Amino acid sequence: MNIFDASTLIFLISISAGFLGAITGLGGGVVIIPVLTILFGVDIRYAIGASLVSVIATSSGAAAAYVKEGFTNIRIGMFLEIATTLGALVGAVLATIVSTSAIAVIFGIVLVYSAGQSIQPRRERSGDIRPDKLAQMLRMNSTYPSPEGAKAYFVERIPGGLGIMMTAGILSGLLGTGSGAFKVLAMDQVMRIPFKVSTTTSNFMIGVTAAASAGVYLNRGYVDPGLAMPVMLGALLGSLLGTKVLVRAPVQRLRMVFGVVILVLAIEMIYNGITGSI
Amino acid sequence: MPETDAALSEQRLKAFLGNLLRAGVIVAGVIVMLGGALYLIRHGDATPEYRIFRGEPVELKTVGGIISGVISLRARAIIQLGLLLLIFTPVARVALSLYAFAVQRDRVYVAVTLFVLGILIFSLAGGRV
Repeated sequence: MNIFDASTLIFLISISAGFLGAITGLGGGVVIIPVLTILFGVDIRYAIGASLVSVIATSSGAAAAYVKEGFTNIRIGMFLEIATTLGALVGAVLATIVSTSAIAVIFGIVLVYSAGQSIQPRRERSGDIRPDKLAQMLRMNSTYPSPEGAKAYFVERIPGGLGIMMTAGILSGLLGTGSGAFKVLAMDQVMRIPFKVSTTTSNFMIGVTAAASAGVYLNRGYVDPGLAMPVMLGALLGSLLGTKVLVRAPVQRLRMVFGVVILVLAIEMIYNGITGSI
Repeated sequence: MPETDAALSEQRLKAFLGNLLRAGVIVAGVIVMLGGALYLIRHGDATPEYRIFRGEPVELKTVGGIISGVISLRARAIIQLGLLLLIFTPVARVALSLYAFAVQRDRVYVAVTLFVLGILIFSLAGGRV
């Protein structure tokens, strides 16, 4: 296979990964990295570098639309980025130390978790929440648009959220994904932020988190332009298509399919990591 | 009414941030596409070597190296310039938020944003102590 054929194939795979990633909210990286390493035999460090830059493209592209809709909470995002960018920096430096086999195994474990998250049904919680002093001081409480007009929400347990965000940042920097699943976990489950606000704010944060580790990757020579080009363009195109059809798509069923796909990839990654072939 | 003014400026800020992100991605995407086309025309028949990790040469991992590569129209350097702009897009978003929070005299968030911006700049400088 020459560069032209390989680039075309990687471009097509990245389109589908970006498409599914946008619909399920998990991002394309969780598919792109295993496919590149397992199917194409790409060194995992190049795969991570390529995925990381495409993560910035897809999340920024989608964020532009979400921010205008009024779900994204810029203050919550900005504040939590303290933890994700710090974590991302740590993760990127770790990636240069930890062996590629260990990265593959960690990647697989994180994939299993993400698959579980994507299969789980979502429900909005409504709540009687006591006012949190820190959230008031940080002006995080806000409203989001709903069919019945603007709905108020209150944020709580900020330190716990920060802790998980730090982990999300480390994983993002180490594995080259957006780790949206962990960001949503921190906001939705721990900080009790409405699901729609959590997912859009998570997406808003992913670009900054990824940029914090991308600088390190670029400087260490982990970003190969020949490989990153089809990955970034494909993932961007796919995610744009994904956000376009999101309203009409059978999201629940797609989540199931995507969950199964990444579960299979996860097992492959763990197996290859343990046997040392990655 | 100050409240609606604040809400309006918040809405305008969001619209502006959104447009900035979109513009950054579009410009980066177009540059990567141009560099990619050139790369495939010139090197499309060659065999890809992504299996063995060697790390990129200095011309492709520093801002100075990338720019001099672009000037001599090297395809890989042009792609890398697009990727560099892409990485700068969220950084520009943070810088712009810093300005917006400063205008609103929101000291807490000016501090928060400065911290995040500091980490990003440190990372872009290579993340070395």
